[in-house]
Parts: sequence; structure tokens; C-alpha cells
Amino acid sequence: MALAFDEYGRPFIIIKEQEQKTRLRGLDAQKANISAGRSVARILRTSLGPKGMDKMLSSPDGDVTITNDGATILEQMDVDNQIAKLMVELSRSQDYEIGDGTTGVVVMAGSLLEQAEKLLERGIHPIRIAEGYELASRIAVEHLERIAHKFEFGENNIESLVQTCMTTLSSKIVNRCKRKLAEISVKAVLAVADLERKDVNLDLIKVDGKVGGKLEDTELIYGIVVDKDMSHPQMPKQIQDANIAILTCPFEPPKPKTKHKVDIDTVEKFETLRKQEQQYFDDMVQKCKDVGATLVICQWGFDDEANHLLMHRNLPAVRWVGGVELELIAIATGGRIVPRFQELTAEKLGKAGLVREKSFGTTKDRMLYIEHCANSRAVTIFIRGGNKMMIEETKRSIHDALCVARNLIRNNSIVYGGGSAEIACSIAVEAAADRYPGVEQYAIRAFADALDAIPMALAENSGLQPIETLSAVKSQQIKVT
Amino acid sequence: MNLDLAKPDPLPSYIYVLSDFLRGQQLFSHLFSSRVSALSFRSTPLRFYLFLVKAELIGWQHIDFGFEWRCTSISHFGMAIERILKDDASEEKGERARMASFVGAMAIADLVKTTLGPKGMDKILQSTGRGQTVTVTNDGATILKSLHIDNPAAKVLVELDISKVQDDEVGDGTTSVVVLAGELLREAEKLVASKIHPMTIIAGFRMAAECAREALLKKVVDNKANEEKFKTDLMKIAKTTLSSKILSQDKEHFAKLAVDAVLRLKGSTNLESIQIIKKPGGSLKDSFLDEGFILDKKIGIGQPKRIENANILVANTAMDTDKVKIYGARVRVDSMAKVADIEAAEKQKMREKVDKILAHGINCFVNRQLIYNFPEELFANAGVLAIEHADFDGIERLALVTGGEIASTFDNPESVKLGHCKLIEEIMIGEDKLIKFSGVEMGQACTVVLRGASHHVLDEAERSLHDALCVLSQTVNDSRVLFGGGWPEMVMAKAVDELARTTPGKRSHAIEAFSRALVAIPTTIADNAGLDSAELVARLRAEHNKEDSNAGIDVISGSVGDMSELGISEAFKVKQAVLLSATEAAEMILRVDEIITCAPRRREDRM
Repeated sequence: MALAFDEYGRPFIIIKEQEQKTRLRGLDAQKANISAGRSVARILRTSLGPKGMDKMLSSPDGDVTITNDGATILEQMDVDNQIAKLMVELSRSQDYEIGDGTTGVVVMAGSLLEQAEKLLERGIHPIRIAEGYELASRIAVEHLERIAHKFEFGENNIESLVQTCMTTLSSKIVNRCKRKLAEISVKAVLAVADLERKDVNLDLIKVDGKVGGKLEDTELIYGIVVDKDMSHPQMPKQIQDANIAILTCPFEPPKPKTKHKVDIDTVEKFETLRKQEQQYFDDMVQKCKDVGATLVICQWGFDDEANHLLMHRNLPAVRWVGGVELELIAIATGGRIVPRFQELTAEKLGKAGLVREKSFGTTKDRMLYIEHCANSRAVTIFIRGGNKMMIEETKRSIHDALCVARNLIRNNSIVYGGGSAEIACSIAVEAAADRYPGVEQYAIRAFADALDAIPMALAENSGLQPIETLSAVKSQQIKVT
Repeated sequence: MNLDLAKPDPLPSYIYVLSDFLRGQQLFSHLFSSRVSALSFRSTPLRFYLFLVKAELIGWQHIDFGFEWRCTSISHFGMAIERILKDDASEEKGERARMASFVGAMAIADLVKTTLGPKGMDKILQSTGRGQTVTVTNDGATILKSLHIDNPAAKVLVELDISKVQDDEVGDGTTSVVVLAGELLREAEKLVASKIHPMTIIAGFRMAAECAREALLKKVVDNKANEEKFKTDLMKIAKTTLSSKILSQDKEHFAKLAVDAVLRLKGSTNLESIQIIKKPGGSLKDSFLDEGFILDKKIGIGQPKRIENANILVANTAMDTDKVKIYGARVRVDSMAKVADIEAAEKQKMREKVDKILAHGINCFVNRQLIYNFPEELFANAGVLAIEHADFDGIERLALVTGGEIASTFDNPESVKLGHCKLIEEIMIGEDKLIKFSGVEMGQACTVVLRGASHHVLDEAERSLHDALCVLSQTVNDSRVLFGGGWPEMVMAKAVDELARTTPGKRSHAIEAFSRALVAIPTTIADNAGLDSAELVARLRAEHNKEDSNAGIDVISGSVGDMSELGISEAFKVKQAVLLSATEAAEMILRVDEIITCAPRRREDRM
């Protein structure tokens, strides 16, 4: 095929170097793709459910990650195969959209592919299979909506939210204190949620971690935690009712953006320049002081002299605060980010009830807590744990739990876990299959079988007899309905 | 790496040990000479060779960790046709993954095992960097930090902080954490081999750890109320901690030193105000605790060597040439005369600055940055002691202890807080001159001067003392105390055993295993001391069957002794941290059923 002849009978080459290329076509190509998809699914299968196992991933630089989170596993897996990459994308998009269920989605896709392979062997055309799957998924989604329960929650009634978050957390390594973490997540989401618009801006929740302590020490702070300390070691460590000036300009002599030169050619000029320079620092600090700021948070560094002046005028300051944190602080304290000293006014100051520095352990790690903010819409979940890996994994788990809570606020219907929803859908799809004439019927049945894969994997991972358990659950569900 | 499809897995019962060929061969001839049943290798571009060793060899106990090794396997996806991972990336599943992680973690544990206890041995660490610096240490944290590890599970134990956290938060017990975690995994391996699901084991371990903690809590002694007794408690703890280190010969001396230093802190855990200065020379016995602050600097020439009732200004300011900081400023002149003028102006500026500083009414000036000759001369003329280039740590500490503030501008002398101390003098330690500030305002600060024959001894002494200080400062806050010498482990083991007997289901196996792992610690202590561990531990167990036994291993006399009489104590906080961290680590490794190793990042070819 690679060699064709033009009208004069001269050969020309369509694909170069024919011998070195391999080409799969037809059924073989589909099978190869399916097997690649399935091998990805098989890796994740054992991570499913509360008794799922973790994966240890070692990155190209030798860093080790231990995780149970499907999206993370796939992301770090260094996948080369195109189809496998597709599965990775699938899991990632689930992570972005929904936040949880990243493992489930891949396992489900894998089992759909597995079923499709059998159908292909029987000679059913792939398009027909795809159509059948489409029909079946519509049936399943309809059924899900039918069996979903609506539930009520409010500021004080968070039990049902906590329960759902706990289900998510129970499959992670943090399940030791899932109750506490679930409560923290729900409270955090409720603190930033806009219940009227039914929307949650997760950017307002900062998840921060520090190695040390125990997982049980994890706390929810109605405010911001910044991994910085006061710029001068002798500044006060605690400030009540702070008025915070949030600056993005450095305490340094101005650096005009245009290129310029200041020529010193006489002694007088040298003198004036020197005076000018001292004046600069004095003015800067005085401006902050004049508007009534009691704490300065700055994105840039301070000159030694400015630092001392700040200290001297009893104006605590924090330097090198990152842009994201700066924004969060501005949101939380209701302050405005001020790019120039001249624009500093009293209205632009943020307010916080308490700012304190807290130190940990025997090392001199200090963090700055900004609490009781004017606008408590920004919260921080501060994770403690035995080691860095634990904290990273907890961060991922909390992220999942937060997403679940957010989804519940957006849409307050739930289905029951433990594979019950999948089995219910499988029964419904199976029953509906018979009503479809044509080849699609087979595909729909295959879809029902594929749905069984998730409860099956759950049972298998928990050390139960998969087939026995599944059939027992199924018969019980049919009896009830 | 293409496998024949007809044979899905050609060598199911083998694991593949990939190792540097030469060292690998040495290892195998050394360890498994008779047991290597199949040995084949093939070269890969990396000049690595593939060894096939039968899986049963994983019972290896005495791996010398002097070489790098790792387990890997050719990825075999059963029927999979396509490789889904990149070349060079590897994947290990199920049993094999677990095996690889167990072996790695246990090897690490065995490595540090011999340093445990008062008669534990030291390790020599030689760095691969330039100079091949050598460290001799007994400190688990230091050993683990310096290891170059390739096995991911071993990394979990080491690099990713289980022990680092232990070192930072509690300061001591790093070796115990790793040894206990290793023992837990060794027990878990047996359980997994007898087909118990890892999750069941984890559940059992968790119950056991909780139960063990409860048991300890019941037995703690708290002497906070009685100051006299509390101090002896501290002494005991310090002695116990130090007894396993290089300082054990002079532990009485150092324990007193550490306790005095920590008691000065009055409950704060901020160890910054305890300064440790190492000066080679003399012997360890000559080390001493000095109240006040010692700065490792010399006094400028022509300046007073001794000042009483000193007013100190601690500064961080440029005393070389005070640069104009306005951006873009430069000097541009058109005649030599003007250069001279400006130079004079500059000098004048410096002189004014010095005058301003002197206006504070000080007689000692400490600067973080350089002081050039010119201002130094001015200071000398004014009879002020000027110390330059005190590093940042020194400055901060000095400001802290003398109660002054770090100044950078000098325009309003009346409002700058000066530091005070009764006496500044130059002292000699060995051959070096140092500056001593005594009678400082803040009584918390003190300096420990360590003396010793060589740098290695001093470094090790510092690490040991640091451990002791950490433990003591934590104990001051949480004054609950336990006995040492394997006593807490036996107490825990007893309680856990009882739990195992009353727990129905498979979990009880795991709980039992936990208690066995706990007993491994006194066993190791006894082994390291060259005692008959089986005999001793059995006697200990019998002793503990009585109510309120204080029995533990007396390593010195080689028998079971009463720990309260021998005065061997440990802090509750340390023991609790050991227990929890080790369980957590073991759990983390147990949960893994698959290891995926990415292709190592290619190094740029520098040829």
C-alpha cells in the first residue's frame, strides 16, 4: 500500500521506511487499544474502595509519592502509550470537574472496554457498540436520578454533608480521623459558600501543611496562615485588632522604570542625595504610620534601614509574602492591595482581630496566623502530619472532600455508596435491554455487566468473594424493588 | 524488554535484582554463594546487569548497605501487548511490590539497628563529595540523612522525614522509630505470607498502637509538682539519652550541663538561646557551661579588652563605604580635585555616622557587616569596642540575650534600646581568643563550650548534646516520665498481648505480631550489648507478669534489673512519638501494592 505508481508507471513512496514501521489495522488495532486502556484500569482497580491499596510512585528525580488518588497516580505514571494517555486525561478531567471519583471513572472505562472486546470478537461493529453504550448510559443516568435522594442541610445541620465527605475520605490513608477531617472540610466549604447562588469558590480555601505534630492536630482556621515571620526578630509576636496595610511596593529607594543616571559631580550634590535617601525611608514608614496601620504586609523585601525604622516606630512588618497569599489576605481582611505609598489611605487598610506568630517543635519554624478577619470568607485548613508524604496525601484527600461538599451544595441529591448505585443502575439497564430491538441490545447488556465491575472490585479489594457478594446484593436489591 | 506472548510470565518465582555488576557479584559471592540458583545477566546501556535471584532469598537479614541496590522487574502485563509506560520506567505489582518495599525498609532498619542502646556501635559515614569528609556517629538521624537510597520504601522511612520529624519535634529516638518500623514490617511480611490481607494487618496494628499508648499512659510518673524530684528525673533522662552516645564516659558531667542549660530556659522550647561552641583541644571533660554569651570573634586592635557595665549597640549597617542607595546614582567628575572633595565628603559622612553611633552613649558596638579600618580607628579612638562581621545568628542571639534591639539607623539615640551586660572580656579557650559577655539581662541564655580531641569527636558530642537538650526541653513542658531499658516496650507488649487474646477475628494475629515487634527492641538492646537476648527477654517477660514491675535490661551488669533503682528514665513524649511514627510508617508501606518507578531523568552529557 505504501508504494503507489503515478500515471507514467514510476513508483513513489507514500510512507517512508516501510520496514521499520509497524501498522495495526482493523480488529487488531482496536484490540491493542483496548488492552492498553485495560492495563491502565487494572493498575487503578486495586485502589478502589475503603480497603483499596496505595501505589508508590517514584518520580524521575527520585521523589517518592504514596497515594490512593487515581488522578495523582496517573499523572505521575510517566505514561507513553496514546490510549493510556487518553485514560489519564479522562481521570484528570474528572478531577477538574468533579474533584472525586477519579479512580472509579477509569475502572469503569476499563471494564466497558473489556466488555466491548467480547462483542467485537462476535463481529459486532464498533459503532453499534458505541451506540448501544450511549443508550445504556442514558438509561443509567435516568435511573440514578430516580433513586437519588434530596436532603436538606443548613448552617447548623451539616450531618448529611459530613457523612458524604466521610465516604470519600474512608478510602484514603487518612481514614483514621476521617470524621474530624470531614467536619473540617464541610465547615470550610460552608464558610466560603454562597448558599443563595449555590456556589462555592474553592480558591478561598487555602490548604496548607507543615510537617510535624499529628494528623489529629489538623485545624480549620477562620483566617489566613502565612509561612512567614516578622521581618525583624524583635517585633511584637501578637497584635490585637490589627490594621493591615497590604503593599506591593518595596521599602527601598524608588527604582524608576525608565533608565536614568544621577550624576554626582559636586560635594553638595552628594550631600543632598544622601539626605534625600534618608528622607525616603522616613517618608515611607511615616505614611504607613499616618494612615493608622499597625501591621505592614509587603510583597517585597526591606532595606536594612527601613526594617529598623519600622521596628523603631513600632510598626510590625512581614516581608516577601507571595502574591496569592497577599490576595487571600486582602480578601479576608477586606483591605486593598496598595501598589504605591502615596495611595495608602485609611480605608484601604484591612482589619483583623488577631495576628499572631506561632512556633513549632524544637526547630525555629514560625508561621503567621491572621485570624478574626473582617471578612471571614477566606479560611485555611492547616494540616499537620508525621511526614511530608502524609501531608501531601492529606492535602489531596481534603481536596477531594472539599469538592464533594461543594458538589452537594450545588446539587443536594445523593445516592448511596458501597456499590449500591452501580448495582441499581446495572439492574435497570439489564431490564431495559430486552426492549431494544437490534444489535444494540447486546451492547446494552454489556454495559450492565460493566457496571458490575465497580462493586466487584470493591468486594475483591476487601477480601470478599466478588461473585458471591455481588449476586447476593443484586438479588436483595431486586427483592426490595 | 519484549516478552514472548506465549509465555506470559517466564519466571514467576524470581525477582530481579538490578545492581552494579561488580559490587553485585561481590555481594552474591559473599552472601548467597550457595543459594543462587539461577544467575544470568545481560548488559543494558547503563552498564547494569540483571541478576535473577530466587525469591526465597529475600529472607536475607544481614545486608550490608555499603552498596546501592534496588529491586526492579521487567514489567510484565500478562497478556498486555503494548507497553503503556515509557522505556526505562518500571512497574512492580502485588506481592513483588510488597516484597521490594519490605526488603528496602528492613534493610534500613537493620542498618541502624546496631546503634541502638547504650552499647550500640557507631558508624563511619564517608561522603562522596569532594574531600570525602568522614563523620563518625551514633545518631540515627545523622546516619539516615547521609544515606544515598534508591529503594522507594526505604526512602519513606528515611528521606521523607519519619526520622527527620522525630529529630525536629522530639529530638531523640530516631533510631528506635526506624528499628520499630522495620520490626513491624518484618512481622507484617510473615502475616502477608500466610495470606492475611494488608488492610486487616493495618487495622490490627492501629488497635495495638492505641492500646500500647493507653498502657504507657497508665504507667507514667509525673513529678512536676515536686521540683527536687523533677530535677532528678531530668538528670536521669539526660543520662539515659547520653549513655548511648559518645558522651557516655562523661555522662554525669554532660547530663548536669544539659539539665542546667535547659532549666535556665524556664519552660521555653526555644533552643536558640543555648549556644554551642566547639573548640578542638583539651578533653571532653573540659567542656563547660557558661552563663552569658560567647562570641567567636576577636577584639579589634587598640580597643579595650575588658569593659564593665557595657552598653551594647547591636547593629546591622554598612560600615565599609556607605553606598548611595538611590538607583542609578554614579559619581562623575571632571577633575582630580573634585574626586578628593567627594572622598572627603564620604569620609565626613562616615565620621558623622560614627559620631551618631557614639552619641548613643555606648562602649561596645557589634555590627553584622564589615567595619572598615577607618571607622574602626574612629571607634578605637573613642574607646569603644567594635566587633565586626558577627554573623546573623550571632547578632540575633546577642540582641536577644542583651535585651537590645538590632539597629540600622542612628538618628534618634534616645529611643534605641541598648543592650546591657555586666562585663565584656576577652577569654582564651585553648589557643583561641573569644569575647565573652557575662551578666547579661536575659538570664535564659547560656553557652556550652565543648572541648574534645578532634573535630569528629566534637561534632558527635554536639549532636548528642543537641539530642539531650531537645528531649529535656520537651520534658520540661510535658513532664511525664517512664522508665527506660526496654521497660516501656515490655509494658506495651504485655498490654497488646492481652488485647490480642480478647480480640476475635484475624486482626488478633496482627496485634500479636505488634507485640512481638515491640519485644524486638529490648532484644536488640541486649544483642548489641553482647548479651544473651533470648534468655534476658524471657526473664524480663516473666518479671513483667508480676504487677507493677520495674524490671528492665541492665546492660552494664548484663542482667534484669530494677529500673527505678538504676535511675534509667525516658520521656513519655519521646516514647509516644516513637510508637506513633513507627506505626504510621509501617502502615504507609503496608498499604502499597504497586510501585511505579519513572525513568530516571537523563543527565546532560558533559563529555
